[in-house]
Amino acid sequence: MSLAMQKKLILDSNLLRITVDRLCQQLIENHDDFEDTVILGMQPRGIFLAEMIHLQLEKTVKTKIDLGKLDTTFYRDDFRRRDAPVLANATEVSFIIENKKVILIDDVLYTGRSVRAAMDAMMAFGRPNKVELAVLVNRKYTRHLPIEPDYTGIDVNTLDTQKVLVELEAQGHKKNKIWLINKEEK
Amino acid sequence: MSELSQKHLLGIKDINRKDIELIFETAANFKEVINRPIKKVPSLRDITIANVFFENSTRTKLSFELAEKRLSADVVNFSSSNSSVKKGETLLDTVNNILAMKVDMVVMRHSSPGAPHFLAKHIDANIVNAGDGTHEHPTQALLDTFSIYQKHGSLEGLKVAIVGDILHSRVALSNIFALKKLGAEVMVCGPSTLLPKYISSLGIKVELEVSKALQWCDVANILRIQLERQHIKYFPSLREYSLYYGVNKQLLDSLDKQITIMHPGPINRGVEINSDVADSDHSIILEQVENGVAVRMAVLYLLAGVQQ
Repeated sequence: MSLAMQKKLILDSNLLRITVDRLCQQLIENHDDFEDTVILGMQPRGIFLAEMIHLQLEKTVKTKIDLGKLDTTFYRDDFRRRDAPVLANATEVSFIIENKKVILIDDVLYTGRSVRAAMDAMMAFGRPNKVELAVLVNRKYTRHLPIEPDYTGIDVNTLDTQKVLVELEAQGHKKNKIWLINKEEK
Repeated sequence: MSELSQKHLLGIKDINRKDIELIFETAANFKEVINRPIKKVPSLRDITIANVFFENSTRTKLSFELAEKRLSADVVNFSSSNSSVKKGETLLDTVNNILAMKVDMVVMRHSSPGAPHFLAKHIDANIVNAGDGTHEHPTQALLDTFSIYQKHGSLEGLKVAIVGDILHSRVALSNIFALKKLGAEVMVCGPSTLLPKYISSLGIKVELEVSKALQWCDVANILRIQLERQHIKYFPSLREYSLYYGVNKQLLDSLDKQITIMHPGPINRGVEINSDVADSDHSIILEQVENGVAVRMAVLYLLAGVQQ
């Protein structure tokens, strides 16, 4: 089998459940009853993890927590610098984040540029008191910007020629599976 | 990832259905943006846009300028009334001079049909046609169809009547192209003197009686009588036009269904449309204006994204 076809499973359904459990426990430790805390899932793929975490937190803490979807397309710094523009997704933030603690959630942290754009994008909804970042997969040593997660599901060492593929049931996949794959050589 | 098939928006005739759908999808996202407390995004911060208006405009110019500013573009305005065009400069020279100042996009309105097409052949910048004579007004058609799309969910099979001065209307022609591309059925209605001779060759219905057109359609787009373009008399008097073609509440009440009322503005109340219709619940005239900014943001954003 050629290198281009290699695919390695880094999280399966069971491990993912345990990981999300742990992320929720860590969030509860820091946010107590979530009185001043809101959750923002990053479009397009971070929203699924955000929904999973949100559901579990509301169950555990037994209170209503604001959940929004944030799209960063119009705030990206690579517009006109890549082959084709990224198609925008819906932003659904029905609350103001002024003086709130924001937990920003994405599936994979890679260069950090999307997170930078997300921090710009959220300012349209007020000035948050504090912003924290939770990610499922933290790709280490690949950052272009000084951005690090506060809550990490799993750390992985990756090469630029590799890609993290997140398949979630919520996205229509059969089983929750997170893969590390080698990109096809062009 | 998706991009437009064209680097200019010269007319609806030149773009395809996929382009229109991409513009709608992007416009829906910008509509959310312009309803936020902070209505500005930084997408076009490294782009300069010149609004070059050789013909008068308030609403279109304002709408474009707002769209540009909400995308953080730098904007320069030019109107021929106080410019060197009066001193005998050609169109190409005027625009080349503006481009020499490093402008990336040109939004142009001109009284001659084809002026933006001529420009597109000769210069590099992206060009958006903001109306060329009696030819096309693509962004108006996009915002009209987007408004119908938002109200009705789809245009497939929808019946749309365009009522009024079809002969002098660039809005009508662009709307016909856009509606046909999106699968709607189109009818034009007006006095025979204001209907172009071969209009039915576009694959649309033609009706002379306004009550029949309204009974047929789901959506009526009512156009203004463009007196400024009419150099001869096409009908005896405005009063008579209003009597035979003016849309009023009585007329709408006589239909056995409710139809959506649109108007691209500026409205001549009491001529082509009465206040009791323009201000009614079935009128989406002000939504059209709001959607105009979102649609123009989408067009400028997507054109800027097309690789040069």
